[in-house]
Amino acid sequence: MALLEIRNITRRFADFEAVSEVSFTVESGEFFTLLGPSGCGKTTILRMIAGFDLPDAGQILLDGRDLARTPAEKRPIHTVFQSYALFPHLSVGQNVAFPLRMAGVAETELRRRVRETLEQVHLAELAEHYPHEISGGQKQRVALARGLVNRPRLLLLDEPLGALDLKLREEMQLELIKLQREVGVTFVFVTHAQPEALALSHRIAVMNRGRIEQLDEPSRIYSFPSNRFVADFIGNCNLLEAAVIERRDGLLRLAAAGLGEIRAPASDAEKAGDKGVLALRPEQVRIGAANSASDDANRFPGTVRDFLYVGDVTTYQVALDNGCQLAALRPNDAPGRARFFEVGDRVTLSWAADAGHYVRD
Amino acid sequence: MSETKDNRLARWAITAPPTLFLLAFFLVPALIVVLASFQYPGEFGGLAPLFDHGDGREHGLTLENYRFFASDFLFTEIFLRSFAVATASTLICLVMAYPVAWLIARSPKRHRDLLVLLVILPFASNFLIRVYAWMIILGPQAALARMFNGVLGAFGLEPVSLLFSPFAVLVGMVYVHLPFMILPLYTNLEKHDPVLLDAAQDLGANAWQRFWRVTWSLSLPGVFSGSALVFIPVLGMFAIPDILGGTRDMLIGNLIKDQFLGVRDWPFGATLSIVLTLCVLALAGFAAWAGKARRGGA
Repeated sequence: MALLEIRNITRRFADFEAVSEVSFTVESGEFFTLLGPSGCGKTTILRMIAGFDLPDAGQILLDGRDLARTPAEKRPIHTVFQSYALFPHLSVGQNVAFPLRMAGVAETELRRRVRETLEQVHLAELAEHYPHEISGGQKQRVALARGLVNRPRLLLLDEPLGALDLKLREEMQLELIKLQREVGVTFVFVTHAQPEALALSHRIAVMNRGRIEQLDEPSRIYSFPSNRFVADFIGNCNLLEAAVIERRDGLLRLAAAGLGEIRAPASDAEKAGDKGVLALRPEQVRIGAANSASDDANRFPGTVRDFLYVGDVTTYQVALDNGCQLAALRPNDAPGRARFFEVGDRVTLSWAADAGHYVRD
Repeated sequence: MSETKDNRLARWAITAPPTLFLLAFFLVPALIVVLASFQYPGEFGGLAPLFDHGDGREHGLTLENYRFFASDFLFTEIFLRSFAVATASTLICLVMAYPVAWLIARSPKRHRDLLVLLVILPFASNFLIRVYAWMIILGPQAALARMFNGVLGAFGLEPVSLLFSPFAVLVGMVYVHLPFMILPLYTNLEKHDPVLLDAAQDLGANAWQRFWRVTWSLSLPGVFSGSALVFIPVLGMFAIPDILGGTRDMLIGNLIKDQFLGVRDWPFGATLSIVLTLCVLALAGFAAWAGKARRGGA
């Protein structure tokens, strides 16, 4: 039996349906992520799981038991809030002790568990400090420790890394993975940052307009988006409007708008005449000097219009001669050179026949 | 370099006038009162001279006033009664003001200013008029007294007077000082982040625990400043006991006022003022110490 089961929940606010008939299950020990743009309903779902809000229809079951009649304070579910919501009048140690006090844990046991949990998040020496005396990253850890200290069945995390700067965020991502593995508590994580979702999760539910667009493992979400929205939302992606001409031997012949005929891998039952988009990741597109040799089935000449240099890689925006614009990514791996091409350079873009993923409308 | 000099000059120019004002009209008079409490009263009121004029009158400094204060338990009794009235008024104000302040703080933002205005609106009419109004409300001919005495009569009890009683004094004190409790509480409660209550609930706190451990704990600074704003003025108040109280309801304020305006014993009035000030300071010091101990030790 799944630890958490969401059955067809719907939540309406006035004339706006924030969550529409959403269902999913979360297994024990899983790191599950709800990913989507703001307003997609992910936080509403989290609030309903926590017990701050009730669905208008549908059920939320924990260990097979309906939670509808269980108020938030009685649910074995804790939340790490985006703003951390640490109690400003309590020290770090008292904050972490709070859920234990509410549960009536005896004083000696309480002290031991607070110390243990603070050690787990490397904050043992800050127990006497007050929230206003510690940094953002430290507050984040206190919030985590407070949420985990009495071993909830489920820990909900609402954009917990959103307020941290990039470097710290990456550090905390690694630590979250480690911590979750150590304590074995099931995490339900809400974020709009797709790199974070890909890095942390066992499974991701990509949400849009109150519905789940795709629910799968990160690598499958990235490589095999099930529709345009997912392809566009996750990572950077070239979306090529294309109709199927023919399907043969696991390959598709496509007529791409402004590009002509291209080849792409077949996935499910595409047939001639289908319309859709080919989702092609910039790292799947090879960029080489004009007329450079390659075995790729798809080859197009073009001119570099723009590039985004981010240190380790450069993404080139290339205008193809037949009118289409594509992004191609290349690692800056040549010694002694910052990048390969400049704006205005003539280049050839190519990609393999089995690159990309065709999404039917 | 010249800029910092200018800054220093500007700062001095801005802070000097109020500092001088306070020195001249607060510190100096306070010191005069301290000095007066060690002097003899003048023959026709005022103070006896500090230095001998050779006319055989009392002069110089004395501890007589303090000795007199300690010699008669009546004064201590008035002090204790005043502290009791002040404590009761403060507690009643707190209990009444807290829900009001909480409701205003939780009401929609666009309504809050209006509600705060309503709280301070009574200040627009004269204080004495408002207290005299209570004379009418509590008077023997008013509906309130008739109803109350009707109930007493039904149980075969003698009618009582609501006016000129400790009850009337307390009503007046609470009525006049309630806004001073509501405003600091509101200012404090309004700043509370509602997500803290969500967090407390999420971590297992029931409604009572959420109030006690989060709202109340966080509002303590407001509780303390509101209490000080009620307690201290009530302690020194003489108009309300004068108007609404009976002859047995004399408080320190009345006693001090009588020394200056009635029996014309300025030095003893000054002594009473000094003792009162010392009591309040001791209380404030204790509150500060207790607050620190609570925060540090808990």
